[in-house]
Amino acid sequence: MESSQHRGASPETQKTVRINIYRGDAEGGEFVEYDVPLVEGMVVLDAVLYVQAHISPDLAVRWNCKAAHCGSCGGEVNGRPKLLCKTRVDDYEGEEIRVSPMRAFPLIKDLVTDVSWNYEVARSIPEFKPAEKAPFTMYEEDVERLYEPKRCIECFLCQDVCHVLRSHHKHPAFAGPRFFAKIQSLEMHPMDTGHRTEYLKEGRGGIGFCNITKCCTEVCPEHINITDNSIIPLKERVVGDYYDPAKWLMRKIRGRRNGE
Amino acid sequence: MSLAAITSAINRRLPWWAGPIAIVTALTLFTFYSLWVVFFQSHAATYQTPEGINYLSPFYSPYIPSPWEWLSPAVFILWIPLGFRATCYYYRKAYYRAFFWDPPACSDDAQRKEPREPESYRGERAAPWIFNNIHRYFFYGSIIIVTFLAIEAVLAMFPVDGGFALPLGALILLINAILLGGYTFGCHSFRHLIGGRLDCYSCFKGGGALRKLYKGVSKLNARHATWAWASLFSVVFADIYLRLVIAQIISDPILFRI
Ligand code: SF4
Ligand code: SF4
Ligand code: FES
Ligand code: FES
Repeated sequence: MESSQHRGASPETQKTVRINIYRGDAEGGEFVEYDVPLVEGMVVLDAVLYVQAHISPDLAVRWNCKAAHCGSCGGEVNGRPKLLCKTRVDDYEGEEIRVSPMRAFPLIKDLVTDVSWNYEVARSIPEFKPAEKAPFTMYEEDVERLYEPKRCIECFLCQDVCHVLRSHHKHPAFAGPRFFAKIQSLEMHPMDTGHRTEYLKEGRGGIGFCNITKCCTEVCPEHINITDNSIIPLKERVVGDYYDPAKWLMRKIRGRRNGE
Repeated sequence: MSLAAITSAINRRLPWWAGPIAIVTALTLFTFYSLWVVFFQSHAATYQTPEGINYLSPFYSPYIPSPWEWLSPAVFILWIPLGFRATCYYYRKAYYRAFFWDPPACSDDAQRKEPREPESYRGERAAPWIFNNIHRYFFYGSIIIVTFLAIEAVLAMFPVDGGFALPLGALILLINAILLGGYTFGCHSFRHLIGGRLDCYSCFKGGGALRKLYKGVSKLNARHATWAWASLFSVVFADIYLRLVIAQIISDPILFRI
C-alpha cells in the first residue's frame, strides 16, 4: 500500500514516535505516516490527537472520556481491536504502529465508523419483563452473576473482532458477543419472566453462528468473560429448550413448549 | 514475574500460528494413540503384577470383555471420553481454531487467512457442528467412567494377598482419576445443569445449596482448559506406564505397604 509522509513540527532534540494512521472513507484510503513527539506514558489516542491538533486538522476520530469509560474510541492497533485511550504507545516499542478503524463496521471517515447497526440489534432483543412492578426486593446471591455483563461500556470491540461479523458479515442474522452479554444479564435476572432462547436460536440472535472461539473475550477491555459466562450458558439454555432429546420428548408428551 | 505475566510475555512474542500448531500436534498424537489402542491392542487389558496388584488401563475402564479376539475391549468405552472431549466447549474452540482456521487466531492478519467463503459459514447451526449440542449426554457417560477410574485406582491399592499397599501405578491412576474428575466436573454443561439454568436461588428450598455447588463448579470451570490438557496427558501417561509394566520393561515399585 502506498503511504505518504508527514513530519510533526517537533524540535530536533525531542524524541519522536512514528505512527501510521489510516486515512480514508467508504471509497477507500491508505495509511499515512506521522512523527509525533513522544511523551512519557502517552496513549495512542494522545498521538492521534496530536496529529489532529498540529499536523492534520481534518483527521476524524471519535472520543470522549479518555479514561476507558465511554467506549467511544474503539479502533484497531496493528490489527487488534483496542480502546485508543487505553493503549500505551510504549507497549509497541520496537514495533511499527498502525492505527486503523474497526473493520466490522462501515467506515465514515479515517478512524470513525458507523456503529448504528449495534443499536438496531439492541432494539430487537426481547425486553426485560419483570414479574412485578419495580421497585422489587432482590437478593445479592441472585444478582451477583449480573454484575459482570453490566460492566460493558459498549465499545463494540468484541463485535469488531468476532469473525462471524468481521469475516462472514452475518450482521443481519447474528447479534454478536456484546448482545449475548446483554441477553445473559436479562435471562439470568431473578425478576425477569421473558424468554429469549427462541430469539437466540431462531431469531435475530443467531447464537449458533458463534463457534466459541473466544476472540471477543480476548479483546474486551472490561475483561468480561463473554464466552464462558454469557455465550456458553446461553447456548446451554438453547440446548435445553431445543436440542436436548430427553427434554424434547418430555415436551412432546406434555404437549407444550417449555414455559410457554 | 508471575507465571501469567511470563506466559503473556511469551505469547506476545510468538507468532499467531504457534498456538494452533501446538494444538494440532497434541490432538493428532492423542487421536492416533487412542486409535492404536482400539485397533492394535486388542489383548486383555487387565494385568496382575508379581506383587499381586491388579491393574486396568484407564483406556479400558470399566472393563467390558470383548466377544472377539480381534476387537479391543476399549471400543466399548473409548467412544465416551473421545466424544466427551470432541464435543467439549474448550476443545471445540481449540480445534475450530487450530484445525479449521475458523478463525486461526484473533488478529486481523490471522483472520484474513480464514479459508471459508463468507456465504458458506454456518458455524454450529448446521451439520456437522450442530451435533456438538449433545455434549451433556457425553457428560453423563463420563461421570460413570470417572467413577470407575477412581474405583480402579483404589482397588489397585489392595493386593490379592490382603493388606494395603501403595504401588506407583496406583498413585498414577489416582492422580489421573483426580485430573479427569477436575476436567469432567468443570464441564460447562454440568455448570448449567447444576445451577446455571436457574435464575433465582433464593426462591426455593435448597437453592442456596445448589448455588454453592454452582459456584464450586464455576471455579473448576474457570480453569477448564488446564484440566483438559492435564487430564489428557495423564491418561496417556498412565496407559503407557501400565503397558511398560505389563511388558515387564519396568517394574512397578511399591511405595509403602501395611
Ligand atoms: S466466541 Fe463467538 S461471539 Fe465471541 S468472537 Fe468467537 S464467534 Fe464471535
Ligand atoms: S462486552 Fe466488552 S468488548 Fe464488548 S462492547 Fe462490552 S466492553 Fe466492549
Ligand atoms: S475515550 Fe472513552 S473509552 Fe476511550
Ligand atoms: S465443556 Fe469441556 S467437558 Fe463439558
